[in-house]
Formats: sequence, structure tokens, C-alpha cells
Amino acid sequence: MLVHSRKGKWTAWVLFLVLFLPLFALPLLVILAASFATNWSSVLPSGFTTGHYDAATRGEALQALTTSLVTALTASLLAMAVGTWAALAASGLKRRQRRFLDALFVLPVAVPSVVVGLAILVAFSKPPLLLNGTRSIVILAHAVLVTAFAYQSVSAAIARLDPAYEQAAASLGARPSYVLWRVKLPLLLPSLTAAGGLCFALSMGELSATMMLYPPDWTPLPVLIYAATDRGALFAGSALAVVLMTATLIALLAVSRVRSKASYR
Amino acid sequence: MTEVARRPRVSRGWSRPRGGSRKSSTAPRPWLAALPPVVLLALVFLYPLALVVQQSFQPDTGGTSLQPYSDVLGSEAFREALWTTVWLAVGATVGCLVLGFVLALIIAFVPFPGARSVARFIDVFLSFPSFLITLALLFIYGTVGMANGLWTDVTGAADGPFRFLTTPWGVLLAEVTYFTPFVVRPLLAAFSQLDTAQLEVAAGLGARPARIIRTVILPEALPALAAGGSLVLVLCLNEFGIVLFTGAKGVTTLPMLVYSKAILESDYPGACVVAVVNVLISVGLYGLYRVVSRRAGA
Repeated sequence: MLVHSRKGKWTAWVLFLVLFLPLFALPLLVILAASFATNWSSVLPSGFTTGHYDAATRGEALQALTTSLVTALTASLLAMAVGTWAALAASGLKRRQRRFLDALFVLPVAVPSVVVGLAILVAFSKPPLLLNGTRSIVILAHAVLVTAFAYQSVSAAIARLDPAYEQAAASLGARPSYVLWRVKLPLLLPSLTAAGGLCFALSMGELSATMMLYPPDWTPLPVLIYAATDRGALFAGSALAVVLMTATLIALLAVSRVRSKASYR
Repeated sequence: MTEVARRPRVSRGWSRPRGGSRKSSTAPRPWLAALPPVVLLALVFLYPLALVVQQSFQPDTGGTSLQPYSDVLGSEAFREALWTTVWLAVGATVGCLVLGFVLALIIAFVPFPGARSVARFIDVFLSFPSFLITLALLFIYGTVGMANGLWTDVTGAADGPFRFLTTPWGVLLAEVTYFTPFVVRPLLAAFSQLDTAQLEVAAGLGARPARIIRTVILPEALPALAAGGSLVLVLCLNEFGIVLFTGAKGVTTLPMLVYSKAILESDYPGACVVAVVNVLISVGLYGLYRVVSRRAGA
């Protein structure tokens, strides 16, 4: 307890509310309110409508949502596979080799996403691998970007893992592959699903690299939101943004349920 | 993690370390298992980056030269974008550090009902894309938004005073809002390890809250502040969504310049030059962040 007097506490709390509400809570509320409105020229929006949601859940918008979901799911599965493999392999390495692998796999965080997009565009617009204009190039870029997060979360979880379990299994004669499948991966499952959820959320909202290389027939939701706001359709854009946030939240919630179920073991 | 890693080194002078023998028993050549993911990453990430560097030396006129570099580095647009990027990133980082420190201080040391759900809200906030903040700011401070609407309603004026959204200040506000949670999270983790008895003792000896913060809490929080701050600095240097959604012609940052050169002007060598500069700055700073955060144990 830092402040003991009643007055001091209330001052701190009021300060917190004054900073927190307008900066963090208001933006999300404003987007929600705007998605039901047609006009906002006063303190509160006016012209209640659900029309934006009708538009946001069919046709082009629905296709964009499916595109985003498919992209995010594929990219996070790919990233989780590669990231988990690398993290597991790194945990068996010597200190210096592991440092090298750490640095290598977190590099995509440090490189601007726009540059990752540009690099993939440059590399895969010419033979031997011609991916430009296909949906795989978008999925590939997303996978590269979120692999770093997958690797970081999984290797942090491996570091927290109690080595006694695998040692016990190995001392009882279990082969390394058996230890991996029946001991290590089940113990890591909660962290793996959490990391997968993070990857999914990041991929759902990815805009920078996507802007560099999306083909016209594979437009993810963030690009559509940008297109809407760019032509001045702010209220329709908000409805799309709410759809995006809801889809992300549902995925995160589903993943956290897996986590709590597994932790009973 | 560092403890586990250090153990074999301490015992190296003695008999064979137990940790080492356990590792080698699981696989004869552990680096062989690491090879497939590394090769994959090299193919889809390092090789493309290398091509970007290569293309930055190949002007459209053909051949290999430093022409793209002298063109881009000499241009007014590039120097302005570089300056805007740097001062926006530094400004946003300072803003995030101050704001994040105050918020984390209250959440951790002046707890209120619901403080835990606020911490969880911050986690959720981090999983949303950054451009949503700019979209929201358009409704709050935009030309026909909430704040200007309030002003015109109260004063009866034709239009309101808030028109900073299309200036760098709008980007700064959005970046501070979006990236502050990146500072709050490590700070909360650091504060949870602080022994509250120290604060009680300091208070019992008559220290006022400001002095406790300065002499007890701040030294404890410095590593987390350094780690969070340098991460935010790198992320701000790389931020694209916020700047794109601001839609102002007057605010051009390096990532924005990469996008406009490559996609809008189809000037790939120029875009690659800007990309190389941006990568050098960001990766250099990120390396610094890794060193700082490893020291901080975060």
C-alpha cells in the first residue's frame, strides 16, 4: 500500500480513471457506438441503425471475414509447427547455439512488417517460386510474422517446464520420441494453445505486410476496413472493425477454455 | 531460465556436468533437429531480405551501382520521413513510459476493486490491431467527432478547435495509446516481485509517497522500464497501420515511404533502400533491447 490516507487513495483512483477511461476504454466504446450510427456531429452519435452489420455480414465483407479466418488459422498452424519445432530443438542445444537460434527466430519482430511484406513480394515474384498474386503469398507472410511470437512463447514455456518429468520417463526407459509425445507435449499443451491464440489474434489484425502483397481475390478484413475508411465510410468501417474484434475475442476465449480444461490434469 | 542455463558452466571444472549428459542422451546431434526449421526460416525470411539488399543496389536502368542510395538518401522526402519517424518514435516512447509508469503504479500499489480485470483488459487490448485506435480517434477528435461536436454545441461556433488528427500529433496520440500496455505489462510483473514490506518500512519512517516512489520503487522498476521502453521504441519505428489510417499526406514515416515507393510508385530499388535503412535502425535497437531485457531478467 503506497497511499494510506483516504483522500490520497481517491486522488490516485480519480487520476487513474481520468487517464485510463479516455485513452483505453473510450476508443473501443466509440467504435462500438459508431457501428450502430449513421451520423456523429454532436457528443453522442445519432441515427441508430443495424444496417452496417447487415452489410458487414454478407457479400464482400463476409468473404473478407472468411479470408481473414482462413489466413489466420493456416498461418498460425504453420507458425506453431515451425516455432514449436525450433523451440524444442533449441532447448536441447548448447548455450551459444541456443542464443543464435533465439536471435534468428525473433528477428521477424524487429524487422518492420512492411519490409517483411516487401521482401516476400520481391523474392516470390520471380522463378523458381512464383507466388505473387496467389493467396499463399499472404498466408506465407503472416506465417513468417507470427512465427517469432510462437517461438518466443513456446520457448518461455519450455524453460518453465520441470525437467523431472522427462528425466523420470527417460530413466524408466522411454525413448526420446515417446518422451516428447507422451510427456513433454502434453505438459506444454496449455502454453501451446495460448501461443496459438496469440498468433491467431495477431494474424487477424495484420495490415502492414498484407497491404504490400494481397491479391484482389484474397482481401483480408483489415484491408477492407482500410478501404472503407479511406473512401469516408467510417461507420461501415466501424461495423467491420467490431466484427473483426468479435471474431478475435471468440477465438481467444475458445483457446483459453482449452487451457483451463488441460490444467486439471 | 538464466539459472538453468548457468548451472552447467559453473560445474564445468569438476566432473562431467549432469545437465549436459541429460541433453546429449536425448539426441546424439541436437543441432540436426534444429536444422529443418532454420532452413525453412532462411528460405522464407532471410533469403527474401537478402534479395531486398541486392535489389537496393540495382537501379531500374540496369547494372549494379550506388545510384539508388544517392537518389534516395539525397531526397528531401526521405530525410523528412527519417526525421518524422525518429522524433515520433522517441516522443511516443517517452509518453508511454510516463503514462505506463503512473498506471502500473496505481494498479499495483493503490489497488481498487476491479484492478485485476483492468490488467486482463490490457492483455486483450494488446491483441487488437493498432489501426483501430486511429479509427476511434477519428470519431473522438475528427472534424465532426465527439470533441468538436461538444465544442460547437456549447459555444455555438461553426466548427471546433480540434484539428490535430491529420498532423504528427494525431499519430503520436494514437501510438502512445496503443503502445502503453507494452510498458504496463513488464512493470506489473516487476512490481509483483517487489517486497511490499519495504514500502511499509519507508512509510513508517516517515517517507512521503513521492519519496518512496523515487527511492524504493523507481530503482526496482528501472530494468522493466528500460526493456519495455526499448521494445516500444522499435515497434513505433516500425508502425504502419496507425500512420496509414491517419491518411495525412503531411505525415510520412519510413514504413509509409516503403509502401508508397513500392506499391504506389512501383519504384522497387528506392523502396528497398528505405527498407534497408529502416531494418538497420530497428534491428540495431532491437538487439539493444534484447541485451537490456536479458540483464533485467525480463
